[in-house]
Amino acid sequence: MDKIVAIIIGSLFINNFILFKFLGLCPFLGVSKQTKPAVSMGLAVIFVMVSSGLITWLVYRFILLPLHIDYMRTVTFILVIATSVQFIEMVILKTSPVIYRALGIYLPLITTNCAVLGVTVLNSNEFFSAGKPVNGSFGYAILQAFFAGVGFMFVLLLMSGIRERLELADTPESLEGLPIAFIVASIMSLAFMGFVGLKI
Amino acid sequence: MPNVLAPIITLVSLGILFGLTLAYAAKKFHVPTDPMIDMILSKLPGANCGACGKAGCMGFAQALLAGELDLHACASVAAENRKSIAELLGLNIEERTKLVSSLHCCGGNRAKDKYLYDGMKDCLAVSLILGGQKECKYGCLTYGTCVKACPYDAIEMTGDSFPRVIEEKCTACGICVNVCPKKLYSLIPFDASFAKIYVACSSRDIGKVVMSACPVGCIACRRCEKACTHGAMKVEDNLARIDYEKCTGCMECVKVCPTKVIKVR
Repeated sequence: MDKIVAIIIGSLFINNFILFKFLGLCPFLGVSKQTKPAVSMGLAVIFVMVSSGLITWLVYRFILLPLHIDYMRTVTFILVIATSVQFIEMVILKTSPVIYRALGIYLPLITTNCAVLGVTVLNSNEFFSAGKPVNGSFGYAILQAFFAGVGFMFVLLLMSGIRERLELADTPESLEGLPIAFIVASIMSLAFMGFVGLKI
Repeated sequence: MPNVLAPIITLVSLGILFGLTLAYAAKKFHVPTDPMIDMILSKLPGANCGACGKAGCMGFAQALLAGELDLHACASVAAENRKSIAELLGLNIEERTKLVSSLHCCGGNRAKDKYLYDGMKDCLAVSLILGGQKECKYGCLTYGTCVKACPYDAIEMTGDSFPRVIEEKCTACGICVNVCPKKLYSLIPFDASFAKIYVACSSRDIGKVVMSACPVGCIACRRCEKACTHGAMKVEDNLARIDYEKCTGCMECVKVCPTKVIKVR
């Protein structure tokens, strides 16, 4: 139970993918101008993180480790993520046009999002020891993937809220637009550093 | 040797497996779309401006096919493309005159302020406070909401801090017409040789009030009305209006206007 809480709090705040690990910064700055697309993007990221976390765990456990080629992890995971996103996109288009429209362009966009690769690599680092999955490894991996996605969406939502307000604020002309967004991002990151001391 | 082969074989077989899966899925989960939509879409501007009221050009193409919207709902599609879309759909469309947006105010920082405004730099926000910071209640609020709203970058701020329409870029999509809280934009004929002029004022106040608020307003002196020999100029509600059907472009009105609000584009 402790471990589960630690994973949830850890991936939401302490090891937040955007503000602490600095992964997935392109959507963080690219899709955070308005709240609505930010939510769609966040949902798509959660979706892809969980599904690719699931598939990569299986591939790592049953293909890479038995063959002792876990150094091929990065390239295999990229392959798996790209394929699964494509596959999921097709399935969603067929089964639920409503969800497809809600996720829209963001689904194919995150194929190459480094936060997704990050969470799968992290899973294979943390929940395997000496080539064997630790107890409850699979569940932990899914949990971490899900809450890493939630943390991503959370920060994206915060940022988009701030940037919507910034649009109307009286910023110095040389800092308008992206520069002020960078400054805001770094201040947010500093704030999240405060979670580092948290002991669970 | 097997150490070298293992990763190669694994990766190749994974690649083949995934490739086949995707190929199978593409067949299995294929959603048939109307080829007409793609054909129409390729003829549309692709700016996804949303001026037609649909979410992007894809939505417009679907609405066209369903017969929900008229082809003219998209103002920015090129004339020859419009024609070929009409052929695709088997429609007859009559040619319409190309329009361009124009701003009926040239006050800018020359128009007097009623109060000092220090809030959001946005026309919609300032217009909520006593109808805007300008003395003239019809005039441009100079915060450039239209500049931000234009999806084609066709509106720029001039040195006198009122917006100017860059005609070459304007597609007459009508977004500025709707977004301006003072309703200062209108669409006027573009290429006709007779329609090179427009009235750059919207004030329906009497001359004295206009003069006290702004040096470049229409004071309803009716000189243009008298100078025009074609009956195209009319002063209604203390504001000069041009009938573009009758105007021949003789420029007589431009010459006589004392405040120079009848402008040549």
